[in-house]
Amino acid sequence: MITLTIDGREIGAEEGWTVLKAAQNVGIEIPTLCYHEALSSSGACRLCSVEVTTKRGRNRIVASCLYPVEEGLDVQTNSEKIRRLRRGLMELLLARCPNSQKIRDMARHMGITEPRFRLEGEECILCGLCVRVCQEISEANAISAVNRGIKKEIAAPFYDLAETCVGCGGCAYVCPTGAIRIDGNRIRLGDKIFKELSPEEVKKVEEKLEAKERVPEKG
Amino acid sequence: MKVKTREDLDKLRQEGLKSLYPDKLKITVGMATCGIATGAKRVFDALADEVEKGKFDVVVSQTGCIGYCQREPLVDILAPGRERIYYKEVTPEKAVQLLDVSVAGEAKEDWALFRMGGEENLIEERTIRYVESQHGTRDNKIPQYKEFPFFEKQVKIALRNCGFIDPERIEEYIAKGGYYVLLKVLTEMGPEEVIEVVKRSGLRGRGGGGFPTGIKWASCRNAHGEPKYIICNADEGDPGAYMDRSVLEGDPHSVIEGMIIGAYAIGSHEGFIYVRNEYPMAIKKLRIALAQAEQYGLLGEDILGTGFHFTIKINRGGGAFVCGESTALMASLEGKVGEPRAKYIHTVERGLWDRPSNLNNVETWANVPPIMARGADWFSSIGTENSKGTKVFSLVGNINNTGLVEVPMGVSLREIIYDIGGGIPDGKRFKAVQTGGPSGGCIPQELIDLPVDFDRLTEAGSMMGSGGMIVMDESACMVDVAKYFVDFLQEESCGKCVPCREGIKRMHEILEDITTGKGKEGDVELLEEIGFILKEGALCALGSTAANPVLSTINYFRQEFDAHIRDKRCPAGVCSELITYSIDPEKCTGCGRCVKACPAEAIVGEKKQPHSLAVEKCIKCGSCFEVCKFDAVIRQ
Amino acid sequence: MEINVSKVDGVIDSFGGDLSQLIGILQDIQSHFNYLPREALVRVSEKLEIPISQVYSVATFFKAFSLKPRGRHQINVCLGTACHVRGGPRILGKLERDLKVEAGGTTEDLRFTLDSVRCLGCCSLGPVVVIDNDTYGRLNQEKVAKLLDQYE
Repeated sequence: MITLTIDGREIGAEEGWTVLKAAQNVGIEIPTLCYHEALSSSGACRLCSVEVTTKRGRNRIVASCLYPVEEGLDVQTNSEKIRRLRRGLMELLLARCPNSQKIRDMARHMGITEPRFRLEGEECILCGLCVRVCQEISEANAISAVNRGIKKEIAAPFYDLAETCVGCGGCAYVCPTGAIRIDGNRIRLGDKIFKELSPEEVKKVEEKLEAKERVPEKG
Repeated sequence: MKVKTREDLDKLRQEGLKSLYPDKLKITVGMATCGIATGAKRVFDALADEVEKGKFDVVVSQTGCIGYCQREPLVDILAPGRERIYYKEVTPEKAVQLLDVSVAGEAKEDWALFRMGGEENLIEERTIRYVESQHGTRDNKIPQYKEFPFFEKQVKIALRNCGFIDPERIEEYIAKGGYYVLLKVLTEMGPEEVIEVVKRSGLRGRGGGGFPTGIKWASCRNAHGEPKYIICNADEGDPGAYMDRSVLEGDPHSVIEGMIIGAYAIGSHEGFIYVRNEYPMAIKKLRIALAQAEQYGLLGEDILGTGFHFTIKINRGGGAFVCGESTALMASLEGKVGEPRAKYIHTVERGLWDRPSNLNNVETWANVPPIMARGADWFSSIGTENSKGTKVFSLVGNINNTGLVEVPMGVSLREIIYDIGGGIPDGKRFKAVQTGGPSGGCIPQELIDLPVDFDRLTEAGSMMGSGGMIVMDESACMVDVAKYFVDFLQEESCGKCVPCREGIKRMHEILEDITTGKGKEGDVELLEEIGFILKEGALCALGSTAANPVLSTINYFRQEFDAHIRDKRCPAGVCSELITYSIDPEKCTGCGRCVKACPAEAIVGEKKQPHSLAVEKCIKCGSCFEVCKFDAVIRQ
Repeated sequence: MEINVSKVDGVIDSFGGDLSQLIGILQDIQSHFNYLPREALVRVSEKLEIPISQVYSVATFFKAFSLKPRGRHQINVCLGTACHVRGGPRILGKLERDLKVEAGGTTEDLRFTLDSVRCLGCCSLGPVVVIDNDTYGRLNQEKVAKLLDQYE
């Protein structure tokens, strides 16, 4: 059992937990975008950033979805620095995806409505959740992040249909912005069509999405 | 034959000594990449040709980079009983003439650079004298190596053999004390003892991070998990930095021996050298060196007959600067894309394949054999309180003596730039020196007396980094320099995290606007804000230091940013949208060279009459400026 | 498109099917075909037993790789910091204009692929251009244009 402090509250956590899990366990909310409890953590969106000070006095900002709990750790989830960082991140994301309802809502919640950067028209925030579902849950490895840097995008190999896709719809399920969606009988991300589903497959996927099952089944 | 005893090693040493100091005249050509790029191969071939034709009975040899790259191709002549003489800018024709002259017992003074009466054997702490006495040398118009300004203040530890041995001959490395240290370590010292020495020496990582090497080794040794891995980071990516390349091309065994010692200390049996894709010669020399070490039983199974086994593989990079980051490098070794991961759990605990992995930079490894040979006290007596030993720098840009230098930590920037570097060419004024590559910043004239070590440059908003030192004169536009580094980082960002991918992209947009006359009030503040997001939010060091070049140029050269933004003017005359080319009718002779060079047909004029440039057609390529022999083209 | 798959197998075998050598394997395959054909990547995925999506990600992540046929000759203009302050970008601009391609592109006749690199480590010779395995230093726009003639 590990004792740490989050926003002044002393809480207990188990060895091996992340700060995010320890916080969520006691109902302390930390914003996230690229996190899903059924999948490995990536630390890509940085929204879950918190300010930590170790027992020995080392202070820095870390991604709470990855930082392991430590005895005597002091965590600030809403310090001035963290709020400033989160606003900056949302402004950058809003400039990238100004038409995304989810991003707009999150940004407005932090007071960001007009980015000071040129607006793009992306829908995908490159959180990578779709790829991780495909790797870790269905194990189909049908899609991945291709290219690098500003050209990075999610695609199937050779921008074809995703040959090894098993049609589970997990990618659409976890996508935080709805960039990947079921469109008629197609699983698509913008112009890229990953799979054309049979009527039975469509029904199955839609049921899952509607039932808000926690995790898509394997296979 | 497999070396199993000291006597076996002595046999190879004897061969090496004969090869290093033969009983006939030896002419050596510097054949590192800088030499080859200036034509050293043709010089070598011409010499080999002469020897084959039977015209001379001499030994023709090759060596790595001695550091004085500005005057390549470099050739040195060592004749028995005479001083060693180094010659500069040697052509195939000159090389043959040098043979003629030298075989006759003479030297060609006006082609000479410097002379040496002997050379140092750092490992064995002794000097090998070429001549019995200093007197009687008629070559006294040629400066002595030790007094030659470029070399005077240098102390060569990592570069101890570069330019002095043939990197393709392990026997020569052994003749300079190589692999004797390994023998001592494996047969007389325990692993923990080795780690203690490295700890006490104060050696810190030379790749830019500066983490205490001994502590890293100890953590890896104590970590749980098998197997443990040893990695050499040879993905030297800072533009303008080529320290590691020179070590690998000139003295690959220094790294190999260092890695074997480290493997022994940590308890690893498998090593990797990850070399960036753009260094084919380094890879070639490494392959040869590894093969030779294995052939003699100095690497592989049952090293030196001690039962210790360790193998090294070479892995090529694929053209990604981010793979110089340790976790990205390891991801690449796992067959994945080079994306970094959070380092809250250190790689010495969970690294390659989630096993304890010790990664060190090339220069760090090259320092290990000397430290084990000469001791921790010797090493820690050099340098400053918190930065022990020496550091290799690549001194490049607008400087007279471009090249590779190794100085004790604590030497000042001024000494490096003016005493060693010979100052700024063409009578121009110093403006700034960029250190630390894309993670660093620029240092202006006022701070030039700062000592170079791990801490002092960081206080000034830059960092020592891996050792790239780019000198800029008054003709550099600092806003353009900032944009250059952001360009670079935008291309190299892996794209995983929001601050780096999106933040650098927006910094690039703003700097593009500023340098094309579209900058506006508030742009500088916006750059600073993005800097904050990067520093505090980025996932890895590429992102968290990405704003340094921008922030440091804003800090020291704010007036240039203001000129670009408010006056739409580039004071240094670099940003092409903000400069205009014109022809001075007083100086123009009407020769027409510019008309021929202009791709946009923007220049008109009659033969022998002053020409004129149509600004609206000009694409600002600068060709006319380059070809005009009369300084008649004005760029402002 | 049909390719000689045994060539790909040969390369993979020469590296002992070692996953840590994936980049080296892809480079050797690319040397042979002058680009990375789709079929070759599929074969690599089969033999190394890793998903094709992973191979494709790696092939598109690293700048060394091209999934489209490259020119007979590779021109690399150094844009390292030292070459930058000595006019490297102008050299690149000149080549882009003369060859009518942008950096990263290949001429229509497949004679040249033009690209930039940072840095080659011969900073004292800047600006530097490498064509195939030949390094040229101390260049200006005029000199570099003349260099191309020797490459068919």
